[in-house]
Amino acid sequence: MSDLVQAPADPGAAAVPTVAEPAAPPTGTPSLLRGLLPLVAGVVALVVTLVPLRGQGWTTAAVFLLSVVLLHLGGSALGRRRWGKDFDLTTWLCAVWLAVIVLAAILAPLLPLGEEQDLSQTLDEPVMARPDPLTNHPLGTNNFGLDLLARVIYGARASLVVSIGAVLIALVVGGAIGIAAGYFRKLTDATVSILTNSLLAIPPLILLIALATVLDPTLPNIAFALSLMALPSMVRMARASTLTFVQREFVLAGKAMGATHLRLMVRELLPNVLLPLLSYGMIIVSVLIVAESSLSFLGLGIQAPEPSWGNMIAEGEGNTFEEHPHIVLVPGAAVFLTVFAFNMLGEKARKRFDPRQAKI
Amino acid sequence: MIRVLKRVAELLAVLFIVSLGTFWLVSKMDSDPAVTMLGEGRTEAEYAAVREDLGLNDPLLTRYWDWLSNALTGDLGKSVVPPYNGISDRIAAALPVSLELAVLGMGMALLFCIPLAMWSAYRPGGRVDRAVGAGALGVLSIPSFLAGLLIIMVLANGLGWFPRAQWTRLSDGVWDNLYHAFLPALTIALAETAMFTRILRNDLVTTLQDDFILAAKAKGMGPKHIMFSDALRPSSFSLMTLMGIGLGRLIGSTVIVEYLFALPGMGTLVIGAANAGDFVTVQGAVLVIAVMYVLTNALIDASYGYLDPRIRRAHV
Repeated sequence: MSDLVQAPADPGAAAVPTVAEPAAPPTGTPSLLRGLLPLVAGVVALVVTLVPLRGQGWTTAAVFLLSVVLLHLGGSALGRRRWGKDFDLTTWLCAVWLAVIVLAAILAPLLPLGEEQDLSQTLDEPVMARPDPLTNHPLGTNNFGLDLLARVIYGARASLVVSIGAVLIALVVGGAIGIAAGYFRKLTDATVSILTNSLLAIPPLILLIALATVLDPTLPNIAFALSLMALPSMVRMARASTLTFVQREFVLAGKAMGATHLRLMVRELLPNVLLPLLSYGMIIVSVLIVAESSLSFLGLGIQAPEPSWGNMIAEGEGNTFEEHPHIVLVPGAAVFLTVFAFNMLGEKARKRFDPRQAKI
Repeated sequence: MIRVLKRVAELLAVLFIVSLGTFWLVSKMDSDPAVTMLGEGRTEAEYAAVREDLGLNDPLLTRYWDWLSNALTGDLGKSVVPPYNGISDRIAAALPVSLELAVLGMGMALLFCIPLAMWSAYRPGGRVDRAVGAGALGVLSIPSFLAGLLIIMVLANGLGWFPRAQWTRLSDGVWDNLYHAFLPALTIALAETAMFTRILRNDLVTTLQDDFILAAKAKGMGPKHIMFSDALRPSSFSLMTLMGIGLGRLIGSTVIVEYLFALPGMGTLVIGAANAGDFVTVQGAVLVIAVMYVLTNALIDASYGYLDPRIRRAHV
C-alpha cells in the first residue's frame, strides 16, 4: 500500500537529481593524451623559466605559475587514469608539502643552506637578490644578504615548534580539565564553564597582544600564549565527548567493580575522548600558525634577526615590496601553502571521521 | 525565568573574571610604569613618588577595586606615556573606526557570499561548486596581514586606484570616508566571504532538498525565483549566527588591518600602547573590547528564540 502511495512522487524526485544527490565529477577516465599533453607543456614551461627567462621578474613568475598549473592538470589526469577517478592530486601534494617542510625543519642544521641570521657572515653576499633556482640563493636574499630559503626553513622550525607545542599543551591540559568537568559535573563543571567562557570572551588576537606585552617573546612563552588560545575549545570538546561516554555501560561496569575516579577517567574515558581531540588538533595547528605569524608580523612575537614567517613578511612592509616583491611573496607563499595543506588535510580527516559531513 | 537569571549571573561572573584577569595580567608587566612615565635617570625618590601617585603600592585587590569602580563610571584612568590624556576619550575616538570597518567588511562579505553560495549550491559537486569550494579554502588559508599586503600591492601601489594609509572621519564627508575605508574593509571581507559562502552553501544544499522546493519547481518557478524567494530565507540561520558572532570577533581582528593601513582604530591603539609599555591603556582597551564581545554574544544567544520559534521551545 505504501508503495502505491509513494509511487507518484517518484517522477518528481527524479526530475531534480542534481539537487538531491551530489553529482559525481563529470570526469570518466581521461585519455592518455589529456594527461601527457599538459604534463609535457608544463615541463617545457618550467625549463623555459629556468633557462631563457632567467631573472626576468614578473614574466618569469607568470610562466612558472603557468607551468605549475599545467603540471597539476597533467598529473591529476594521469593519476585519475592510473588510480581511478577518486584520485585527488591536491590532497597528496598537501601531504607531500607538509612532509617536506617538517623534514626540512627538523634537518635544517644538516642541510647545505645559506646563512639565515648572522649578519656578519653575509657581507659578501648579494643584497635583495631575486629568486633564481640556479644560483646559491634559490629563493633570493633579503636586504642583509641573508638567504631566504634558509630563513623560510628556519622560520618553519620556529612556527611549527611553537604551534605544535601549543596544541600539545592545550591537548593535555584542556583534555584533562574537560574530562574532569564532564565526569564530575555539578560545581566542577560550572566553574570550568565560567572559566572557559572568560577565556573566550577576549578576542584571540587581543588576548595574544595583551599576553605579549607581559611575557618576553621567547619560544616557550609564545607557545604558552598560543595554547591559551586553543585551550577553551579543547576543554569544550573533551567535556562534550566525555558527557556522551560517561553514561555508557563500560563506565558503569568499571564503577560497579569499584574503580576509582582517576582510573575511570584515565582508563575508560581518555582513550575514547582522545581521537576526536587529536583530529581537532590537526585543524587548530593551522589557526595557530596564522596567529603566530600575525604576532611576529606585528613585532610582538619572534624577534627580528631570528627568522619567522611573520617577521620575514614584515620586512617587506612599507615601500620595499614595490621594488622587491619577493621579500613578501616568498615567506607569504610558505605560510599560505602550509596553512592550506593543514586545512585541506584537516577537512578530509573531518569528512572521514564525521559521518554527518560525509555527504555534503 | 530561572534560566534567564542563571544566564545573567553567568554573564556577570564572566565579566568579573575577565576584568580581574586583564587587570592582574597587565599588572604583571615587567617594565616599571614609573620609569615609563618619567624616563630613565631620575632619582629613586621621584620614581617612588610617581608609584605612590599611581597607587602602585597598594595591594592588588585594592587597586583592582579602585580601577573597576572608576571604570564603571566611565573613567578608565590616564595614559602613563605622553600626552597623558584620558583613556576613555582615546577609546571613544578609536572605537567608531573599528566598528565602521567591521560593519563595512561584514556588509561586503554578505554582498559577495550570497551569489557565490547560490551559484555553487545550484549544482552541488559540479564544476562551479568545486571551484568555489577550493577558492574559499584557499582564501581562508591566507593570513589577513598577507592578504592586506597583497591588496595594497595590487590595488594601491600597482594600479593606484585607492590611497593607502589615510583616514577621513565619517563627519568629514561620507563619500571620502567610504573611499578611504574601501581597501581595509575589502581585506576584512575576504576571509569573511569565504567563511560565509561555505556555511550558506551547505545550508542551501540542504534546503534545496526540501519538499517545498520541489513544489515550487513543479509549479514552474525558475531557478532565480526559487533561490531568492524560497530557499534563501530558511537557509540563512547559520549565516546569521556566524555574522552575529563575527561582529564581536571582527572588532578584535580589525587589529591587523588597522595596523597595516595605519588607521586610528582600537587595534592601533592597543598595539601602540603595548609597544610603549602603556599598561593603563592596554587594560582599558582590552576591557572595553571584552565587554562588547561578551555582550554581543549574549544578545545573539538571547535573540535566537525570537528569530526561530523552534529554538524557543527546545532550550534557551
